[in-house]
Formats: sequence, structure tokens, C-alpha cells
Amino acid sequence: MRKDTIAAISTGMSNSGIGIVRISGAEAFQVIDRIYTGKDRLLEAKSHTIHYGFIKDGGETVDEVLVMLMRGPRTFTGEDTVEINCHGGTYVVKRVLETVIKNGARPAEPGEFTKRAFLNGKMDLSQAEAVIDVITSKNEYALQSSISQLKGSVKKKIEDIRNKIVYHTAFIETALDDPEHIEIDGYGETLKSVIDDILVEIGKLIESSDSGRIMKEGIQTVIAGKPNAGKSSLLNVLAGRERAIVTDIEGTTRDALEEQIQLNGLTLNMVDTAGIRETDDIIEKMGVDKARDYVKNADLIIYVADASRPLDKNDEDIIRLTAGKKCIILLNKSDLETVITKEILQNKIKNILNETENEGINSIYIPMIDISAKEEQGLQEFEDILNTMFLKGEVSFNDEVYITNIRQKAALRDACESLNKVIESIDNQMPEDFFSIDLMDAYESLGSITGETIGEDLVNEIFSKFCMGK
Amino acid sequence: MKYSANSVWENKDEYDIAVVGAGHAGCEAALAAARLGFKTVIFTVSVDSIALMPCNPNIGGSSKGHLVREVDALGGEMGKVIDKTFIQSKMLNKSKGPAVHSLRAQADKANYSRTMRQVLQNQKNLDIRQMEVTDILAEEGRVTGVQTYSGAIYRCRAVVLCTGTYLKARCIYGDISTYTGPNGLQAANHLTDSLKSLGIKMYRFKTGTPARIDKNSVDFSKMEEQKGDERVVPFSFTTDPEAVQIEQVSCWLTYTNQNTHDIIRANLDRSPLYSGMIEGTGPRYCPSIEDKVVKFSDKNRHQVFIEPEGLETNEMYVGGMSSSLPEDVQYAMYRSVPGLENVKIVRNAYAIEYDCIDARQLKSTLEFKNVEGLFSGGQFNGSSGYEEAAAQGLVAGINAARKLQEKQGIVIDRSQGYVGVLIDDLVTKESHEPYRMMTSRAEYRLLLRQDNADLRLTKLGYEVGLVDEERYQKLLDKENMIEEEIRRVEHTNIGTSEEVQSLLESYGSTPLTSGTTLAELIRRPELSYEALAPIDRQRKELPFDVEEQVNINIKYDGYIRRQQRQVEQFKKLESRIIPDDLDYNDVKSLRIEAKQKLTEMRPSSIGQASRISGVSPADISVLLVYLESR
Repeated sequence: MRKDTIAAISTGMSNSGIGIVRISGAEAFQVIDRIYTGKDRLLEAKSHTIHYGFIKDGGETVDEVLVMLMRGPRTFTGEDTVEINCHGGTYVVKRVLETVIKNGARPAEPGEFTKRAFLNGKMDLSQAEAVIDVITSKNEYALQSSISQLKGSVKKKIEDIRNKIVYHTAFIETALDDPEHIEIDGYGETLKSVIDDILVEIGKLIESSDSGRIMKEGIQTVIAGKPNAGKSSLLNVLAGRERAIVTDIEGTTRDALEEQIQLNGLTLNMVDTAGIRETDDIIEKMGVDKARDYVKNADLIIYVADASRPLDKNDEDIIRLTAGKKCIILLNKSDLETVITKEILQNKIKNILNETENEGINSIYIPMIDISAKEEQGLQEFEDILNTMFLKGEVSFNDEVYITNIRQKAALRDACESLNKVIESIDNQMPEDFFSIDLMDAYESLGSITGETIGEDLVNEIFSKFCMGK
Repeated sequence: MKYSANSVWENKDEYDIAVVGAGHAGCEAALAAARLGFKTVIFTVSVDSIALMPCNPNIGGSSKGHLVREVDALGGEMGKVIDKTFIQSKMLNKSKGPAVHSLRAQADKANYSRTMRQVLQNQKNLDIRQMEVTDILAEEGRVTGVQTYSGAIYRCRAVVLCTGTYLKARCIYGDISTYTGPNGLQAANHLTDSLKSLGIKMYRFKTGTPARIDKNSVDFSKMEEQKGDERVVPFSFTTDPEAVQIEQVSCWLTYTNQNTHDIIRANLDRSPLYSGMIEGTGPRYCPSIEDKVVKFSDKNRHQVFIEPEGLETNEMYVGGMSSSLPEDVQYAMYRSVPGLENVKIVRNAYAIEYDCIDARQLKSTLEFKNVEGLFSGGQFNGSSGYEEAAAQGLVAGINAARKLQEKQGIVIDRSQGYVGVLIDDLVTKESHEPYRMMTSRAEYRLLLRQDNADLRLTKLGYEVGLVDEERYQKLLDKENMIEEEIRRVEHTNIGTSEEVQSLLESYGSTPLTSGTTLAELIRRPELSYEALAPIDRQRKELPFDVEEQVNINIKYDGYIRRQQRQVEQFKKLESRIIPDDLDYNDVKSLRIEAKQKLTEMRPSSIGQASRISGVSPADISVLLVYLESR
């Protein structure tokens, strides 16, 4: 129990300038080693040292970070501990935590660092009771809040999925326990289609974790456009207009500016990227790559096109990046003499996206607005579209199901993984009894979201739904 | 010499251990105790009913077959006796994974009883005594002996209660009820009060059995024949496989129909279950036919298995149609089934009610928490089934002996055997019905296979003293052979020769594009260790059971490893022992419900505590922290 490795964001979830992700446990160094690239190999690095580098999720750079390495027992928890100092902004910190979790740590329970510190003798025994109080209150609070966070609809959705899983498991189990009464040969195919459906549903819930995040932490918005298209001035106008700037963080080297803007109850975390263009300049190239990254992870792309200059290869690149993303195109500089019209742009988009995505794309409607950042024209229309898009449109905040916390998301991912293993077993023509191992794992993972444990569920289901012999 | 009429007579034969009841639990308990060197007496209300099978005429079945094998691996008797007395045998679920393969044998009931009785009779240190035990004697919370209906006192240092369904038993059908044990045998009406006075909490459970019918009145031409397996696998690891290749007797399959169901529905008001005459809680997994018809009204037929009760009797068991309906309804209902149109009933179907305990009063060793030296096993503990009984009886017997040896009792955990799952469930979870073993109750069933019961438990049987040196050495040899062969197979390279490709082709397996190992090929669903023999030049001749283990371990390697990881997690909590003297009231942050449950249950480990309903994960964290700080 104490051996596994845990991780959590140890700074508050506010937009402070810096966020710290803390990892503790026997594998803390292995975990960081898997995701860190920099000058030194962290696995062999000395204790109590600081390292500069990048956190990578697969090939993708998540953030530029400082990593503090501390080997136990001279740490807070007494275990090997790693602290990743990343750029503030809840989105980045969360992405770093997610990457850590994907690579071998599990999300810490509330108060778990403290608990470990205590268990490893890092705290005075006289503090014991106080610690227990902290842990219980946190646990109860966490349980309550995570359950109350789940609206009735989420709970219901997860329960529906669980019911399906336990029903089919019970059927298999009944047949195994009473083979002479119940026949299950060939059941794999039936089960497969059930699981396919369930995977789609869970997929939606996982996606909704992004919606949930949008509600809680704002829409991750990237302003993209070739240099000098008017991105920065647009940002300034929007920021100034609402005077609701929460933070103003200038990234140290990343050449992107992040601002939080409130518009009609929506929070936009705006990132102004370096202009996207082909470049040989190394420094600038880094900025450009960064911009591409931001675009990839964004919830919304605001593509600022310069109406006064003809479309060029840079515009094409940007259009390609928007594929599959929510996007609003602003034709800026409408106050000047325009050389591109909506029609020209629309055709261009159609051509490019068709060639990259082949089909289904031309039906996507990308809203386009003539705007003048300088003259503050078209901004109302922009706000209206934003509202339609995020409040009434595809991301509706009222009846959608929200998964807002990383633990829940991890549990959903675990459930998916288990269900995929069932499919793998079916495809490999494994006997039916192998299915229930992973089915029940999925059931348990989902149960951890709604706060339920397995207990006697399966046995009860067997008896209530199926007729046993004898 | 004359004795005074009023004085209590004390039996001067010196006994260490007394076993109350000689059913399947009692027999195993008594044999284990005697074999471990203790002077043992086994009490039964009727010597003729030793190891009686009052319900179904079979041993084993899904997950129950596992239990029999585990009992055997530990040095118990059930497997050996059924191997000598079965008249048909089948490996169930053969088309499924190895974890759910399960042996089930039809027994010649009379022969089974007789054979087990002979084993008991010939056992050194063991005396059989026909007498009803009425009182458990205890002083200062420790057992000192038992007293019988005659008033005689038998002093001893440990007692194992295996009273089965006999305590205050009552048999019922229709509005007829008799205060007898199964088969009209004498009930034990006095012990309950003695147990209650010791502070033991009693439950009342119910179960039932179908009618026995006369074979000569059955028209088998209207039924489907159910034959045994061509190649029979013995239950006991010590039985010579050739010895069980006998001529087998068939069972027969027929079905109920709408007519049957109509008869039942029309007479439900005459069922003692529905009239309220039966108070006991019945088992959901073994429903009476009236229950099935009511609960699963959408099913228009139910299977009925007609099974022989032995070679020397005409009686047959009507599997699937247990009932407590009145006699006239029983006739009508059975006669509505194809093949049973003219059936003659020999013994009526009936329901039986009996006293048993809330097994949460027991430790995992099956010793009562509040009476030292008092152990119990079998249906008395709220289980059902011969196999469940035997498994508990064996553990209770072993632990009674170990108590006297001043050794720690054995506890088989959930990752070691079905016996462990069974006992842990019984002593941890509240149950409102007789408990039946099921494979779905075992979390780690891929590891708990019937084929590897010896590898899992025979070492323990040896340490305990029920497995002899020779058998133990054989086991070690087997282990070595398996290990070596797995290593060899993992490292045997297979090239893309024509011979290999054509063998693969003959099994419909994709040809190789580059070399691989033998193990990789075994993992393919369509191939097996056996199938690859022709291309495995270095293969030595190995016993079948070794080859079987090699095949399973390689083939399901990925799954097995995953379960092993789960077991590691499980063991961590299991190894966190909760001290006996822990006062949960001192643990400030526990919720009240958890405090109550934990105080009542007194779990032995954190793992067990976590399985108690009403104890939340947060409570477990609190407990962990508290224990660390002690």
C-alpha cells in the first residue's frame, strides 16, 4: 500500500505564476525519468538537485519545467520525491499531472502525502490525532464533494453502464456455475457489441471531462495567425473591453502570452502565440513549434486572418492546424482595403481541409466574422458566436455530464482499458470466463467514481436475474 | 459396582477432541484430529447415517469440485472416498478456461456412506459414539467437554461442532410437518439452548430436497441420456487415474412444461412457504420449483435431471424439482413431466428448517471468538453442500488439533484456495441464506484452479502433518519438472522450416514470418503444448499433469501475471494484522457505524476489515494510521 507512487498538484488550483506537481513513492524517479528530457538522466542524478528540461507526453512537449529531485528519507513524506515546477495556468499543470499519472503514478488521495509522512515517521507522534482528523475530514469532504459534483445525470449514466456490465458478467458467471442449465457458447460476439457501445459512452464521459474543465477552468483559447495579422491588438481589445483580467503571465521563453478573460460568464484562457510561419531562425522556430503545440491542445482556436493581405502558405498551415478543432475566423483589418473576402477564405478552407481529412469536413461550418481590432468593430458578433458555440451549442453547460476531476478521469480511462482487454480476449477467442476478470475490473473502476464498491453485487445479480438449477 | 441414580456419570475414556456430528464436516474434522495424534470421539445420532448424502447424489460441480480437490490436497478424505464410490463422472465447463473446469461425480450414496464409515472405523485414535450431545461444557470461556442426552460427561480440550441440519430440525411439505432431521432421522433438539447460554447467536435457515422416485416407473425413452466422460479424471491427487476408468451409469434429462407450472401456480396457496409456515430463509441458488415458477415466470420450461442414487437402489433423484408442496400436488406436478407420467414416489420432496449460527462469531480459524477451544464447521456455520461442509470440517479439525499442539491455527487466504474464500466469506459477511460456493466468489480464480490444488495446498498439508513424506516428495518433483519444462519451452527457438509451417497450417494458424519461441506458439489460441509436440525435438516424456501445468502456465501467462499482481495488492492489506486487544472506541475518527461493525466483528486483519459491509475505505485509512501510531 505504501509502496505505490502517488502524485498530485501541490499548489492550489489557482492561476498562480507557478504550479508544482509532486510525486512521491518508490517509483517517483522512474516516473519522472520516463517523461523528462533534458541534459541529465534523472534516474542517476544526485539527490536534492534541480534540473531544467521538458516534460514530454509521448512525442509532445507538455511544458518546460524545473525538476527538483529528492531521495528519501530526507523528504517530506520520507519517500523518494520529485517536484515538477511548471508554468502556472491550471491547464498546463493539469496536463503535467496527467502525464505523470499516465506514466506510472496514481492520483494521491486527499491528505495522502501527509499520511505517508506520518507513516514514515516524519512527524511527531503527538501529532497523530491531528493528522487522523485531517485525513478523515478530507476523505469525507472529498467523497462528498466528488459525489455532489457528480450531478444526478452523471451518476445515473455511470450506474447505467455499471448495470450493463454486471448484468452481462452475471450471465457469464451463472453459466459457469451452472453449465448444464445455461449455454454461453458464442456469447463473445454479443458481449463485444455491448462493450463497443459502452466504450463510446465512456469515451463521451472522458470528453466531457474537458467540458467540465472548460466550465471550471475556462476555455483554452489560442489566437493564431501569421505575424502581424493583428492578434495582439485583438487580445488587448478583448482584455480591455471587459477589464476582467485575472492574470497576466508572461512565459519566460515560450513566446506566448496567457491572459484570462471573462466574457458573458465564459472564461477564456487566451494564449497569444508567436505568429505561425516557416522560419529558419532557431529561436523563433521554437516559438513557432510551441504555437503549434498550443493549437493542438486548445479548446478553441481564434484564427486571425489579415484581410488586407493575400492568403499565403502560412495561412494554409494555420488552416490545416484547425482541422477537427472548434474555430472562429476573424477577418481582421476590415477597416483597411480588403483583398480577401469570406468567400475566398471559405473556398480555401474547403480545399485544404478536404485534402487533409478527405471527407466529412466540408460539412463543418466555421463561423467567420469581419472585424477591426483597431476600430473595435465586429466584437459584439464575436461574443454572440462564442456564446452560441459554448453555451447553447455543442458544449452545453446544463444537461451535459461532467467529469471534472482527474481521479475520475483516470478511473474512466482504467475502465476503458479493462474493457479493451475484454475485447482483446474476445478477439483472441479466449474462453468466456476470462471476460469476467476484466469486466469486473471495469465495474470496480467505475464504482470508484460513484463511491460504490463491488461487495455482493455480482452474486446478487446472478440470483435475481438468472435462474440457477438444482 | 452400582452407580447412584442421581449422579452424573463421567466417561473415563480420555479424549482430547470431541466432534459433534458425523456428516461430511464431522468426518473430515474427526479424521484430521485423530490423524494428528489426538484421541478423538465423534458423536452421531445414528451410526448408520455417517457421511449420509441426504440431498443430491453427487459430489463436486462448479467450484465445489475445486473444494474437493483442495480438501484432498490438504490431506482430507472426501476425494479418495468419491473416487472409490462414484458411478458417473464429468468434467464440467471443459470448453471454457481451465479456471472453471470442475469435476462432478454421481455417487453411489450407500457405498459412499459405508466407505467413509469404514475409514472412520479403521482410523487410529478415533472412536465412534452414537449419542446426541446436548450440552457444551465450558469454564471461564474455555471448552472442557460435552454432555450427552444420557447425562454422561465426556471431558476434552477441544470440541468441533458439525451438527449440519439437525439442530431443532423440522421437515415440512404441505401442511405436514415433523420434528425430524433429514430422511426422518432424529433431530438434535437440545444443543441450541446450551449454545445460546454460551452467548452464541443462532439463525434459522431453510433448505429443501426433491422427491426420490422409483426407477421402474420412469419412461426413459422420453428423456435425453446424459453420459459420463469417456476418460474420467479422479478427484484425489493420490488416486491412480487408471483405477477410475469404470463402467458408468447415465443420468437423464427432461423438462417441466406449462402444465407443470399451472399445477404449481394453482396450488401455491398450499405451499408452506407462502402460507407462512416456514420461517427459515431459503437459498436463492437452490430454489424450489415453486420459487422458480414464481420468480422466473417468463421461462416456459425448466430442466429436470433424473439421477440414480446408487447401483443397489431403484431410487432416483429428481434434480431441479425440490419442493415443499403437499403430497397430492407433488404427484400431479411430477407426473406432468415427460417420462414421469406414471411415476411412483418413494420419498416425498420436503423443505427442512434448522438452527445454525451467524458464522461471524468465528475467527478465520473457525474457532469461536468467545469460547476458546470450541470450533465449528459445515452447514451449522450457515453454508450448504457436502463439499463446503467437508472443507470447513477439515480446517476446523486441523485447527482444533493445532490448538492443542499450541500452534497457530491455519488460515487459507482468498488467494490460496476456494477453502479460503469460503471461510472468509462465512466469517466476514453477513448472510441471510445458506452459503454456496461459486466460482464468481473467488477474485483470483485463474490462480485457484482445480488442476493446481496440490501445488497450492499440499505443502501446507505436509506442514500440518496430514500429507506424508512420500506424497510431499512427489509434489516437489512435480514442481521441479514443471519449472524446468517451462524454462525450456520459453527458450526453445522455432524456425520457419517447412515442417513448422505445415504444422501451423494444419491447425489453421498463421505461418511464421520469422523465428519465434515455442512458448509464443503455445500462446496462440488454436495451438497448445500438446499440439506442438511434432516440432519440439528436445521434448522429454513428462507425466500428463506436468504437461497440463506447463500448457496452462504458458498459455495464460499474461492473465495469470495480472492476477498475481492483484494478489500482491491484496496481500499487503491482508498482512496488516489488527491486534486482538484493539479498542475501536479509542480510534477517534472512525465513524460510529464502522466502530460498531468492527467491534462486533473483530476482524483479524486490515484486509478482512475492508470486506465488512459498512466499513468504508476512509475508515480503513483511519485504522491504518491509528495502527501505525500504536
